[in-house]
Amino acid sequence: MNDDITAICARYQGRGREALLPLLWDVQTAQGSISPAQVHQISHMLRIPEADIFGVIGFYTLFHDQPTGRRIIRVCTDPTCALADADAVLHEVCAQLDIEPGATTADGEYTIEHSPCLGLCDVAPAALVSARGEPDRAMSQVSAAALLDGWAGDYFTPAGDENAVLLDGGLASAPQSLADYGDYAGLRKARAMTSDQVIAEIEASGLIGRGGAAFPTGLKWKFTRAAAGAPKYVVCNADESEPGTFKDRVLMEHRPHLLLEGSALAAYAVGTDRAIIFIRGEYPKATQILQDAIAEAAAAGLLGALTIEVRRGAGAYICGEETALFEAIEGKRGFPRMKPPYPTTFGLFGKPTAVNNVETLCAVPPIITRGASWFRSVGTAGSAGPKLVSVSGHVARPGVYEIAPGISLRDFLERQCGGVTGQLRAVLMGGAAGTFLLPSEIDVPLTFEDLREAGSTFGSGAIMVFNDTVDLRDVLLRLGRFFQHESCGKCFPCQLGTQRQVEILERLDAPLPGDRQRLHDIGMTMTEASICGLGHTAGMAVMSAMEKFPGLF
Amino acid sequence: MPEDTITLTIDGQDVSANKGATILEAAADQGIDIPVICYHEATTPNGLCRVCVVDVDGGRVLQPACVAACQADSKVETDNERVVRSRRTILEMLNASVILEEAPEIQQMMRDNDADPQRFPHAQRRESELIDDNPFYVRDYAQCVLCWRCVQVCAEDAQFTFALTLNERGHDTAVSTAFDIGMTESPCVFCGQCIGVCPTGALKPKIEWGMEQGLDEDKLRALTRRGRKRDRDRA
Ligand SMILES: Cc1cc2nc3c(=O)[nH]c(=O)nc-3n(C[C@H](O)[C@H](O)[C@H](O)COP(=O)(O)O)c2cc1C
Ligand code: SF4
Ligand code: SF4
Ligand code: FES
Ligand code: FES
Repeated sequence: MNDDITAICARYQGRGREALLPLLWDVQTAQGSISPAQVHQISHMLRIPEADIFGVIGFYTLFHDQPTGRRIIRVCTDPTCALADADAVLHEVCAQLDIEPGATTADGEYTIEHSPCLGLCDVAPAALVSARGEPDRAMSQVSAAALLDGWAGDYFTPAGDENAVLLDGGLASAPQSLADYGDYAGLRKARAMTSDQVIAEIEASGLIGRGGAAFPTGLKWKFTRAAAGAPKYVVCNADESEPGTFKDRVLMEHRPHLLLEGSALAAYAVGTDRAIIFIRGEYPKATQILQDAIAEAAAAGLLGALTIEVRRGAGAYICGEETALFEAIEGKRGFPRMKPPYPTTFGLFGKPTAVNNVETLCAVPPIITRGASWFRSVGTAGSAGPKLVSVSGHVARPGVYEIAPGISLRDFLERQCGGVTGQLRAVLMGGAAGTFLLPSEIDVPLTFEDLREAGSTFGSGAIMVFNDTVDLRDVLLRLGRFFQHESCGKCFPCQLGTQRQVEILERLDAPLPGDRQRLHDIGMTMTEASICGLGHTAGMAVMSAMEKFPGLF
Repeated sequence: MPEDTITLTIDGQDVSANKGATILEAAADQGIDIPVICYHEATTPNGLCRVCVVDVDGGRVLQPACVAACQADSKVETDNERVVRSRRTILEMLNASVILEEAPEIQQMMRDNDADPQRFPHAQRRESELIDDNPFYVRDYAQCVLCWRCVQVCAEDAQFTFALTLNERGHDTAVSTAFDIGMTESPCVFCGQCIGVCPTGALKPKIEWGMEQGLDEDKLRALTRRGRKRDRDRA
């Protein structure tokens, strides 16, 4: 047996199934793929059946059970990157190597793949590159030459203005160091309060979750604190994979200590010393920055008994769904669980768990230091506090913006994003799981309540802007492919519906009689009968387009 | 009324049910039949197929009757327009992917819900070659509906053998062994429980399959004899 692998395995000696994803990552980084002999060895060490390990490798697209090229280049072909000619880059790369997407060159040097959105939509087109034995790299504004020769393409998203709180008055390109951030004043203040007082402050602030489901954060913590069972967990959901969404990446890459302090405050509030940040596998830079920041904070003695662990996902949008995320940490296929029971009573490892979005946790330290009334003074009664949005597509300045909810979408696009480039055709709110707004509808105030009333949503905070040069059928097809690729396959409505939907979207230019009704029935069936939020929203954009752009169908 | 009993209405009938009883159980007590595909008494229910969905109080989403507990004073409809649309569409989409010729119960469900077998033309089917890799049974995953029952009985629901898993995801999901090795190379002990719970013709005893192929008695015996010998050699 390979010595490397034995050494890697030795690091996980004595652990159980929860070590599976980290161990598979280490093996694959060293070897490029995971072989039957290695699965055999891992099976013995972690006491997991070989078939199960094989099934786990097969679930996560960043894991490979077959040999791959020494370098794997994955080019994003989701809607925003498509506007930036990502298809041409992919074809050029493939043409130069004389292979098709999905294939490996004969010399074993390159594997080329499509990728779903990499959270770099503001600096499109994006790619994720893995080279054996090296850390993965996410690259921006890529060209075929940059991908094959230059290895250039680091990125920086300038964001924030002098008033920004979450974005701290504007971001520098380097991550904010502990010295610049400060010594966790919010945490110190909280430790002089009881946990119940901290929770009461968060409740009073009106903070509602920024991950998409819009659940009140204080209430979630209260339930978790009150639930029986130990140890409890705080889990930070950093799986950010909704197409068009990159605000959490920007927070993690530039303000890592804000997230760590927020996580520590959550742990103090619910009563635990265990926090886990689950970050998508496509965010290698943010992963490294967080790990460095944790070491920095621990060395400075700021975390006390608290352990904050970073866990890396491996290519599965569904693992942003909170219960699928738990399954991934537990070393399983990322299947959502049936609810109830809810995470606050039965979460990670079956224990009470508070799971929160990155931005939600980042809002906590300023609430504690400045007070709930400060938070309420920004935004509206129903949408308290500063809110981040990710803007991509046809605006002068795509990027992450901190808004005071209540500003209209029109004013926001004009004043903060430098205006729409070209003639506006549609705005897709909330990402692939979202809905379209027409140019006549963009006076809607950006608040949870007004958007809901307009039949729209903040969702993940993604705002994708399309001008009249955009082929909306192509956009819909790419969204359909995204869901077909990302459905976990657990329940029939979504497993079958995402496939049937994309088959019809592929022929939108020459539809069969009855296709409209088929799309409608598929969309309603996924929405009403699926297990989880992925299926519930997988037909949303299509059904929204059928209503707003009937001519497309 | 005893404390552990609740009342609700199902399709307009007043029903009392034990606390914690599923809607499926309460409906069955009333003689109301709700169709099921993935549900089986012997396996942990996972709420996969969703042909059992019902409307509870006109809620935003439908509820899977096989796992959803009866709620006190709720109004359940098992057959209204929303329910039938989902049920019919699921069956139509399934029929477009999977060979259901040897699943008479699912075919009956399609007729009961006016499902059109041709509803989704030019659909990509879940194709698979017949796998004949052991002396006891054959596997034809072109007939597999992904009810998970075989995987479950092979694992914690009965046998604790763990020969099977699910591979890939979404519409490409497939039941398989580790690295698709043959059954005789896998931990499979040929207990046959998977065959017993399969709702379609995907898993079939070799003799039955041989008879369908029109093999005569000698050939059938040869099938199993060869099998036994191979098994002895391995032991
Ligand atoms: C398919 C799917 C993907 C999701 N992805 C994310 C994600 O990437 N990040 C996130 O915070 N929440 C995501 N969510 C929502 C989470 O399930 C959960 O509601 C959220 O993490 C709770 O945090 P919050 O209360 O702070 O918003 C997703 C939900 C679904 C159904
Ligand atoms: S809705 Fe889709 S993603 Fe969610 S459980 Fe069902 S198949 Fe999986
Ligand atoms: S082979 Fe049969 S029992 Fe196994 S998942 Fe498929 S249909 Fe179900
Ligand atoms: S990075 Fe390509 S669409 Fe988001
Ligand atoms: S029988 Fe209820 S989901 Fe399959």
